[in-house]
Amino acid sequence: MLAHTPLHDWHAAHGGRMVDFAGWDMPVQYGSIVAEHTATRTAVGLFDVSHMGRFRIEGSGAAPFLDRIVTRKVQGMQPGQIRYALVTRDDGGILDDVLVYRFTDESGRGFYQLVVNASNRGKIWDWLLAHQPGGDVQLTDLTTQTAMIAVQGPRALEIVRPITEVDVARLKYYYGAESKISGGAGIVSRTGYTGEDGCELVVPAPAALEVWDKLIAAATQFKGGPAGLGARDTLRLEAGMPLYGHELGEDTNPFQAGLAYAVDLKGRTFPGSAALIKLRDDATLPVRAGWILAGKRVPREGYGIYHGDEQVGRVTSGTFSPTLETPIAMGYVSRECVSQDGENSAAQLSIDIRGHREAARAVQLPFYRRTS
Amino acid sequence: MTNVQPSDLLFAKTHEWVHLDKDAGGEKIATVGISHFAVEALTDLVYLELPEVGRQVKAGESFGEIESVKAVSDLYCPVSGEVVDINGALAGKLEQFHDDPYGAAWIAKIKVSDEAGLKNLLDYKSYEKQCAEEGH
Repeated sequence: MLAHTPLHDWHAAHGGRMVDFAGWDMPVQYGSIVAEHTATRTAVGLFDVSHMGRFRIEGSGAAPFLDRIVTRKVQGMQPGQIRYALVTRDDGGILDDVLVYRFTDESGRGFYQLVVNASNRGKIWDWLLAHQPGGDVQLTDLTTQTAMIAVQGPRALEIVRPITEVDVARLKYYYGAESKISGGAGIVSRTGYTGEDGCELVVPAPAALEVWDKLIAAATQFKGGPAGLGARDTLRLEAGMPLYGHELGEDTNPFQAGLAYAVDLKGRTFPGSAALIKLRDDATLPVRAGWILAGKRVPREGYGIYHGDEQVGRVTSGTFSPTLETPIAMGYVSRECVSQDGENSAAQLSIDIRGHREAARAVQLPFYRRTS
Repeated sequence: MTNVQPSDLLFAKTHEWVHLDKDAGGEKIATVGISHFAVEALTDLVYLELPEVGRQVKAGESFGEIESVKAVSDLYCPVSGEVVDINGALAGKLEQFHDDPYGAAWIAKIKVSDEAGLKNLLDYKSYEKQCAEEGH
């Protein structure tokens, strides 16, 4: 039995093509993925991301506890600040990539929200419990009690402003706030996974449909609308963002993945911190990079990347980029195949697309960067 | 191939259609394409690979590929025979799959060598039933 988000029936009633995603029955698309993608780039796309795990961590021990779990400093975060970080194993392998939100309650005490991948929710929950030192730390899994909606695109803030008490336009990027949303409690943050400006809303499950309906009505005026997981994937891929299970996994460390900025080792101890000090300078492991293909065939996950006849890596995500109108891929290759600036080194690479070798031109990620 | 109705066609379970005709020499020629249902299911087509003219194909064999943003799918030849013509213009006009799946979006013509295989094909009613069962 697949889990349903509070918006599941809306998706099913509005042409959502429903698929199993990490145990959730989710819309992969409502019509055309390219149309949903383009609407998000040019106007606004609404994404039900309620399947993402949401944990609340509170108590006087919450910050020191999280500091011993994630790869970036939690103590010292400003109220409202959000940090992208990783959870790593003792050997430095990535268990998940997460967002840590710091908020302050009415009495001025800090509490935290952790947003984790749907596919890793159980694993990270267990990891948190196993590493809980005791003392004043309370963990609550709020995933099924709440809904999460991503509003992304150049018109995103315009359609969110009328329904949030906090003015989202005044929130800095990667900051959030508790706010009334459509009259009820909620959290709004200037975050997303598309390469566009926008925000994400967390509301209690019973309020989700009303909030969604208001956003849909507003989005329609700008020729925007709902967008499924298919567009979410093409958008994040163009934006060069890694996806757990594809670019990230337990056999990959953050430095290989190009996520050094999300690892703060200075004076810190967390599972993997000792291993990561050594891995930081290990040039023997393959690294993440991106390519644009000359042909029209589309590279897909698992396809081999070649330098001459020698396989030097493999594709972890590939698609036809709706914005660039060309096939693109992310993958891992041996380090000598990628020059320092990410542009092509001497190595002329090709990708084996079902028996056809297609020339692949290395590009610096992201493939797409918004102009405003 | 003008004014072809789906009821004039036969369908493979793998969503290819067949229009049977005879050429000037009396040989049985099958024009093949993919169904409206398949086109709707694929959405966002980005690449088509056609078979080569002269290739001998067996019914059920992959003889081309069609890619959407999301995935690549094999095209299965619904009849056995020789590829005698391909719709070379189609790769540059993939929207024709949506606009005219049973006409302008024909993929290839096959000179049928083995008519026994034709009995595995479905008429439109049976094919529609299969599609309804697969669901959208």
